[in-house]
Amino acid sequence: MNTVSATASTGYLGSLLQGQPPASSLSWLNQLRGNAVDRVGALTVPTTRDEDWRFTDISPLTKLSFQPALGAAQPAQGAAQLAPAAIEQWAIAEAAARLVFIDGIYAPEHSFNHAGFTVENLAAGVNLHGAAVQAHLGRHARFEHNAFAALNTAFLHDGALILAPRDMALAAPVHLLYIATRKHAASYPRCLVVAESGSAVTVVEDFVALENGAYFTNAVTEMALAGNAQVHHVRVQRDSAEAFHFANCAVSLAQASRYHSVSVALGARISRHNLGVLIAAEGAECSIDGLALIGGAQLADTHTLIDHAMPQGVSRQLHKCIVDGAARAVFNGNIMVRPGAQRTDSSQSSRNLLLSGKARVDTKPQLEIFADDVKCAHGATVGQLDVDEVFYLKSRGLSDTAARNLLTYAFGAEVIERIPVASLRSRLEQAVLAQTQAAAPGAARGS
Amino acid sequence: MIYQDSKTLLTVRDLHATVNGIEILKGMDLTVRSGEVHAIMGPNGSGKSTFSKVLAGHPAYEVSGGTVQFEGTNLLELKPEARARAGIFLGFQYPIEIPGVANSQFLRLAYNTVQAGRGKDELDPLEFDDFVREKMKLLEMNPDFLDRSVNEGFSGGEKKRNEILQMALLEPKLAILDETDSGLDIDALRIVAGGVNQLANKDNAIVLVTHYQRLLNYIVPDYVHVMDAGRIVKTGGKELALELEARGYDWVGAEVKANARVSA
Repeated sequence: MNTVSATASTGYLGSLLQGQPPASSLSWLNQLRGNAVDRVGALTVPTTRDEDWRFTDISPLTKLSFQPALGAAQPAQGAAQLAPAAIEQWAIAEAAARLVFIDGIYAPEHSFNHAGFTVENLAAGVNLHGAAVQAHLGRHARFEHNAFAALNTAFLHDGALILAPRDMALAAPVHLLYIATRKHAASYPRCLVVAESGSAVTVVEDFVALENGAYFTNAVTEMALAGNAQVHHVRVQRDSAEAFHFANCAVSLAQASRYHSVSVALGARISRHNLGVLIAAEGAECSIDGLALIGGAQLADTHTLIDHAMPQGVSRQLHKCIVDGAARAVFNGNIMVRPGAQRTDSSQSSRNLLLSGKARVDTKPQLEIFADDVKCAHGATVGQLDVDEVFYLKSRGLSDTAARNLLTYAFGAEVIERIPVASLRSRLEQAVLAQTQAAAPGAARGS
Repeated sequence: MIYQDSKTLLTVRDLHATVNGIEILKGMDLTVRSGEVHAIMGPNGSGKSTFSKVLAGHPAYEVSGGTVQFEGTNLLELKPEARARAGIFLGFQYPIEIPGVANSQFLRLAYNTVQAGRGKDELDPLEFDDFVREKMKLLEMNPDFLDRSVNEGFSGGEKKRNEILQMALLEPKLAILDETDSGLDIDALRIVAGGVNQLANKDNAIVLVTHYQRLLNYIVPDYVHVMDAGRIVKTGGKELALELEARGYDWVGAEVKANARVSA
């Protein structure tokens, strides 16, 4: 089987199927893509009538058309060229490896790998590491009922492949830098991380834009952690203010493995981040923290699912939204404790700060518990800055604006502090500080 | 200490204040001169903490009558931040925790803001680091406190030491310490009181708001005032605190009522 786009699709999703990469020489990969194409044909763009998309109206997306950037398959047209200096503004000094993707296309000239294990373009790596990739690719991020995951899988070609061998522990991060450079480009970032038993790795997925403009990013990330493996996963979405960003991330945890994730959403006109963590064996732990800092007419939607399928799992979640202007944040945090998942220990906190009268947040903690010996705590707060906190700072001489800025910054910094990469942490702290200062007039109005 | 050539810092006359429409202060009078240490005592609900928050300008408290002069200016017209820059300091009973902001960052911001407000030099991070470490010795504070988030995870004693550290940095003319002794064990109390005593001089003044006499063993007041139902009903020397400790507050109220009957 050499053709993958056998099914002619109609509708908006069908229009996005134009320009798929060429067929692979691997039949299982073509099969996977073919199945995804079929699902794209069968599924429709979600609307607010879908429970899962109730608060997130993505109809503005469907009024625009997007084409995938042309990759290595069409070298005559070429991918966008960037000078090395253009990349440096996003460089992470501590990185042991970096893979750069420009409008979704792998850019080897900007990439390097000193990690001592496989960190390479998926399109090449799939040939060298067929068995490891086949065992996981498309197995965790299910696309049967998810149009965006299906669409990404239909475009499977370039992407990041990280294989951390047994007992290999690397503190320095692997930096995956996704750069958007073109209006109307559709890109399909893909990432597969396989952490073998006892390994430890830090992966930074970083979505940035060279210029402002409307483009479409549809990412899928899969991570499989074997027994006692540990992954720190940092996700920074700083797309352009007109961009559409959809992401599905699926993580599977084997026995006593540990997954720690921090996701920061600053950009995009509309963003949707689905994060699913499956506690697939006993004693696995995860912490998934998130921050959305938005203003103007932005919408940032985070849906998470922590699936305690096996006993003695531990999960911790702190999700924060800072919403200014007429922006809207959505958080849906589902904690599932399946029958038999005894001695599960789970806590979830959703905290939201509204800086203007028109800002809005919809937060929905959702606990589904089918075991009886569990400890589950959750809480959600929505509010403005605390009057006593503002007064405390003013009583130390700070102006009203300075006090509010500092508290707004602090609200976000609590999440950013958890990023285990110092240079990225301080850069994001600066970004949040700049954004909260820009938000000051709105904050003052709220007083 | 009472000095002959002292000048009047604070003059409170017939001060009334409400919170949520309920009158808490009902005719408060107090005069504080430089060099003096005043203790304001009284039962729970007598208005002690309200008085300290009103002086610092908490927005939840509305002044409904009376005057407050601080060094000849109308304090009530100033915003809280302007009061701080003018030299008013409130040590909080419950200091606020600010996760995400390093204590060093907060202390330097407060210090530099107040310095700028007073037309004095600001310090860069390195200079400030030396300066604050010196002040921390006064309170036997571990330098680790600079790197931690403001008050987050601090014990009661650590929070109060951090308050007095701020007092040491901001060098107020009038420090109002609201229940600084609450939640302190005896060692912490000794350290905090020692810090306050070292900061007291002939140009500043300290108002201690406290329910218990214990703190006054360490910081000896020149005047002890007893508040009841929103005003000061009795003033004495440091021996009054001992009497209150021995006899409680009820007799003061009874005495006030008896006096009222006599004068009526």
